[in-house]
Amino acid sequence: MLRHIGFLAVLAAFPACADDVSTFRLDNGMDVVVIEDHRAPVVTHMVWYRTGAADEAPGHSGIAHFLEHLMFKGTDDLEPGEFSATVEAQGGSDNAFTSWDYTAYFQRVAADRLDLMMQMEADRMRDLKLLEDDIVTERAVIIEERKQRTDSSPGALLQEQMRAAQYLNHPYGVPIIGWKHEMEALDRQDAFDHYARYYAPNNAILVVAGDVTPDAVKTMAEAHYGPLKPSDGIADRLRPSEPPQIAERRLTLSDPRVSEPYVMRSYLAPERDPGDQEKAAALTILAELLGGSGTTSLFAQALQFGTDPVAVYSSAFYDSTTMDDGTFGLIVVPMPGVALDRAEAAMDAVIARFVETGPDAEDFARIKTQIRADQIYARDNVDGLARRYGEALAIGLTVQDVQDWPAVLDAVTPEQVVQAAREVLDRNRAVTGWLMPEKDPA
Amino acid sequence: MMQMFKLAALLVAFALPARAEIAIQTITSPGGISAWLVEDPGIPFTALEIRFRGGTSLDAADKRGAVNLMTALIEEGTSDLDSTGFARARDSLAASFGFGSDEDAISVSARFLTENREASVDLLRRALTEPRFDQESIDRVRGQVLAGLRQDAKDPDAMAGRSLRELAFGDHPYASKGDGTEATVQALTRDDIVAAHKSALARDRVYVAAAGDISAEDLGLLIDRLLGDLPATGADLPPRAPMNLTGGITVQDFPGPQSTVVFAQGGIKRDDPDFFAASILNEILGGGRFSARLMSEVREKRGLTYGISSYLVGYDQAELLMGQFSSANGTVGQAITVIRDEWRKIATDGVTEAELQATKTYLTGSYPLRFTGNGQIASILVGMQMIGLDADYPRTRNDKVNAVTMDDVKRVAARLFKPDALRFLVVGQPEGIVATD
Repeated sequence: MLRHIGFLAVLAAFPACADDVSTFRLDNGMDVVVIEDHRAPVVTHMVWYRTGAADEAPGHSGIAHFLEHLMFKGTDDLEPGEFSATVEAQGGSDNAFTSWDYTAYFQRVAADRLDLMMQMEADRMRDLKLLEDDIVTERAVIIEERKQRTDSSPGALLQEQMRAAQYLNHPYGVPIIGWKHEMEALDRQDAFDHYARYYAPNNAILVVAGDVTPDAVKTMAEAHYGPLKPSDGIADRLRPSEPPQIAERRLTLSDPRVSEPYVMRSYLAPERDPGDQEKAAALTILAELLGGSGTTSLFAQALQFGTDPVAVYSSAFYDSTTMDDGTFGLIVVPMPGVALDRAEAAMDAVIARFVETGPDAEDFARIKTQIRADQIYARDNVDGLARRYGEALAIGLTVQDVQDWPAVLDAVTPEQVVQAAREVLDRNRAVTGWLMPEKDPA
Repeated sequence: MMQMFKLAALLVAFALPARAEIAIQTITSPGGISAWLVEDPGIPFTALEIRFRGGTSLDAADKRGAVNLMTALIEEGTSDLDSTGFARARDSLAASFGFGSDEDAISVSARFLTENREASVDLLRRALTEPRFDQESIDRVRGQVLAGLRQDAKDPDAMAGRSLRELAFGDHPYASKGDGTEATVQALTRDDIVAAHKSALARDRVYVAAAGDISAEDLGLLIDRLLGDLPATGADLPPRAPMNLTGGITVQDFPGPQSTVVFAQGGIKRDDPDFFAASILNEILGGGRFSARLMSEVREKRGLTYGISSYLVGYDQAELLMGQFSSANGTVGQAITVIRDEWRKIATDGVTEAELQATKTYLTGSYPLRFTGNGQIASILVGMQMIGLDADYPRTRNDKVNAVTMDDVKRVAARLFKPDALRFLVVGQPEGIVATD
């Protein structure tokens, strides 16, 4: 049974835009979302698994991401490397990514090659073959990846430390790439255990976006994914939760590779929940108001403008799309000669003032206008839409939640934003990190 | 460095394309400015891409950074709107304007809703033709540029890129980064910014493309309104750059677990008859895909890196064949040996028939896939104009790829790959590597 849903136009001022989104479920439990865009003969094929770094067995950090790499090795039908080589032979591109909450694989190909992509992706969902040689080399690759992305970047190291401090109990405190000493010990059995348990149709979402029809997708999906056996290891994703935070957490990372010191703050913050997205919507708009624009935001105006600016750069950011409580973040890069404590005090003063006075009506209206316009611009990027749906479904939201989100954002009131700021922006529920150049090397 | 890589990606984008099913209209505005258009009323907005040839290479040596700073200041206010007023006006229209500069061009990337088209274009016109360049804005944005320069001084990628430019390009503007140095940027005055604006944004060097919900007629009128008030001519473009790069290894000390490596030699011109063969060869050697030789030898077989690729870089006045990777300090020497061996191997033995066929299939199959989305299409179209392609190119490009023979590839491999001319720029604390100079 195909269910057809169109985007609701939330604003009379804009022409109604109807994205063609269909959704259905295969008998083995695999969810399917089809997003039609017939402007070009291209299709993006994605499979999202509802498992990520936060679902790893304790002590085996990095295994979700390691397995993602190993998925490009062979199966009972494909030689190692043959998957990508076959995609390339079709002129297509393929890749994958791992988060705390999901692991996703995608190919972008000419629309008439979709059937082949499904055939191969279905094959590696249950029939991966892991050889010891591949494990050893690929483990070296992920360790190089960690060195490149994390260990070579003081900013990345600071964020890793801050997350570890933010989450005392929840696995969001463990880096996706893994802690190096645990990565070095990851083996074939670890990878296979994670794979066998989580890679199954009843734990997966198929998203197909582009020049296709839902009927065609349904026929192909039933043929390729339909016969796959569900896993009986899929349970509710109940991760250990955070205890109440009762003391401010602060840390300083000093590194000779730092040129611009900065202060960063992260607060534990609620996320979008099925049928309950109001608070996350208010936080989304709060981040925009505080630090969304380098010119008009409250941070920019207070910290970067005027006769005695404190900062070179400032921003606020919030990720609403996580399974469990996520973070609301702030960063201020001070002007040369401005100490971090002064920059931090100025940042806190902006927040205090905002909570006192609430948003400026014009600022608020402008952000709403941009959010509405994004519904139009977003349709230009069908890959982006595919990600939007895949990510949401992977963390437990529904297609309806995704389609309601713009209207929920639009309905947020100034009072709700102030309330959200009061609740979330509490230093006693935050981690504050300072990044500094190394003092006196002598 | 980032700019070089961006350019590299662009060039690859045009170098590698099958028959794309897009209908490009070429138009000339009533005022005489030409533009390319892919009209698609499916979504009610337009993506507009404009490039002014010249870019940061128009800077005088002692004013290095002027064009870059000027470009960043275009969105900082116009006539009666200060920077905040301008940003508010733009955001109220839900329009977005991006301004950027690289060694060969200033780019303007705009998108606006159909219902706000007039007001959006008017605002963009005022920004381009009547920028305020307030001293307050100059100082604030200068502060951001300086922070970026200080970061570059401690960034291994940027450090390697700087060495490469200095070694390769003599006293040409390409020899230094367009952002300038701390000294030159500090010294820039408002007059310098005004002069840079006048010399860089002129109608004799402009390229325009649009995609989305706009007719050819409306686009012609829009272009005249938008660009008609700019000066007819601008500053002289830079001459051809020298190529002083020699083979060897340069090491710069930098703390960390890995060494970052850029490797480069001279490249090949975009309009060289051998360019397609060279593109195929580079794809086989260092295309970012898993099946490429470098990826296979350095990552897949040996686990020495997370990623490695090579590119043909085509600037307006110089060409490079270059690549990059990073590897643990203890293994980077081994990786360099592998790369040198691959360089020799492809120069002397060429490629296999299977590699040639697979790469042709990939290049021709992937070409049409990139023409998706108004923003992307407009960007590709303006890039095609800048490198001198005609609007028919998307329909003929794959035939040119398929016409390359094994003999062509053999000949061009021997001509292009010069193992002894390959320079490695290593930033890190590599073990067992001896710098050659």
